[in-house]
Amino acid sequence: MAQSIQETQEELIVEFGLFDDWADKYEYLIDLGKKLPSLSEDLKTEENVIKGCQSRVWLHAEKQGDQIVFEADSEAVIVKGLISMLIRVLSHHSAEEIMKADLYFIDQIGMSQHLAQTRSNGLLSMVKQMKNYALAFSAK
Amino acid sequence: MTLDIQKIRADFPVLDQQVNGSPLIYFDNAATTQKPKSVIDALSHYYASDNANIHRGIHALAERATTAFELTRTKIKEFINAPSSDQIILTAGTTGSINLVAQTFGRANFSTGDKILISNLEHHSNIVPWQMIAEEKGAIIEVIPVDERGVLDLEAYRNLLDASVKLVAVNHVSNAIGTINPIAEMIQLAHAHGAKVLIDGAQSIAHLDIDVQALDIDFFAFSAHKLFGPTGVGVLYGKRELLESMPPYQGGGEMIKEVSFEGTTYNELPYKFEAGTPNIADVIALSAAIDYVNALSKEALFTQELALLAYATEQLSTIPGLRIIGTAPDKIAVISFVMDGIHPQDLGVLLDKFGIAIRTGHHCVQPLMKRFGLPGTCRASFAFYNTFEEIDLFVKALRRSINMLQ
Repeated sequence: MAQSIQETQEELIVEFGLFDDWADKYEYLIDLGKKLPSLSEDLKTEENVIKGCQSRVWLHAEKQGDQIVFEADSEAVIVKGLISMLIRVLSHHSAEEIMKADLYFIDQIGMSQHLAQTRSNGLLSMVKQMKNYALAFSAK
Repeated sequence: MTLDIQKIRADFPVLDQQVNGSPLIYFDNAATTQKPKSVIDALSHYYASDNANIHRGIHALAERATTAFELTRTKIKEFINAPSSDQIILTAGTTGSINLVAQTFGRANFSTGDKILISNLEHHSNIVPWQMIAEEKGAIIEVIPVDERGVLDLEAYRNLLDASVKLVAVNHVSNAIGTINPIAEMIQLAHAHGAKVLIDGAQSIAHLDIDVQALDIDFFAFSAHKLFGPTGVGVLYGKRELLESMPPYQGGGEMIKEVSFEGTTYNELPYKFEAGTPNIADVIALSAAIDYVNALSKEALFTQELALLAYATEQLSTIPGLRIIGTAPDKIAVISFVMDGIHPQDLGVLLDKFGIAIRTGHHCVQPLMKRFGLPGTCRASFAFYNTFEEIDLFVKALRRSINMLQ
């Protein structure tokens, strides 16, 4: 395993610490969104759609050995940027690590507004769904 | 009458704030309008001085609260030119009013094969209540189509009307794209076929003159919070013979005349439809909202809003790749738009960072979005307290956001 969930979070906090204003931060987030590979069409199924997001978000998870690997996509590029960070932090970890992960980086990089429980911001649903996958895989 | 916009803005405390480091620009008035200080004061005055349950108390507070509550009913009656105050039913909102009609008028009048006509412009709250009662009663819902501009197809409407149509339920104004529907003509046509008409006035009440008698409206529903009043209050106006013939809606206190375990007799209008303690404080504060609009004149306010609409339409049209959805000749000050290759949500998120509040998404009109083949739009909706300078800042922020996203 390359690095721990905590190490990746610290890395992201340092990266976002380089930006002085929100516009630079969001430009970076948009860039992350654009760079995240698209999910193949056959994985953009109704089953993989995360409910509760204003834009459609698809999340696919599979188990590779002991690790869970996530892939995701969204119609909205900012959402895609957010989910790209979640994948970077959570993908390729064990179900147990994912389930108990405390994602403090979201607040630290100033993106906690996206955790708000409104239908327009689906970050909370994404985190929940990733943890649900971990739970489901650990039960198998 | 020329409006002093800066003076008007000072009446709305919420407008004077910074959001994400910029002055708030509130362009989400179709979702809810802001409240003048007089409305906020009325709410706090009621709780500080008059709070009591209404109608049955004989003490001084109960009397003051009851008088203020019933005064609002009278003001609403005048505001929409209803023939009498007891035809003004106070509900929780437009949704509550429509559900009331569906569950009482619908329950009593719909049977297998009857038709309910709605339009492709309807908000979910003027679709789902009809689907629920239609399913129960075996009635059929048919939909009046809209053209590319978002204008209802009246020819198709005429063809849909026949003796099996029991009710036409349409909005006066589309919440998503601002189209003003020709309700006077639509009501006449419906009546010629013996159908009753419910008008969802949620989006028209704050902008257009409403005369329920001149328009010969059978049911008219609206919400206080879209009229600069508090949330949690709605109105249902109905023609007397309809309201009287309808069975009660919810059971409880206030709506009864006499209760025994053998049976209950129901109260007179409007109380028959107002079970339980109503939302007294918010109803009373609605009075202040009506006074506010009346003092400035609805016509003058709408003129200002139309000027904002024309200016914003012109400015937005200069952005390459931007497409305005809803280009009806008669519109209120609502602009829905989409941008080539950009998801509406992304624009909404970035505009919020500039302190600008717009709405993005499907606007609770999924069938209309489907009609235009869109997942959603960005919607800027103006009120009279918005300014041309705000539109300039909005367009500038929008251009910057588009650059960031492209």
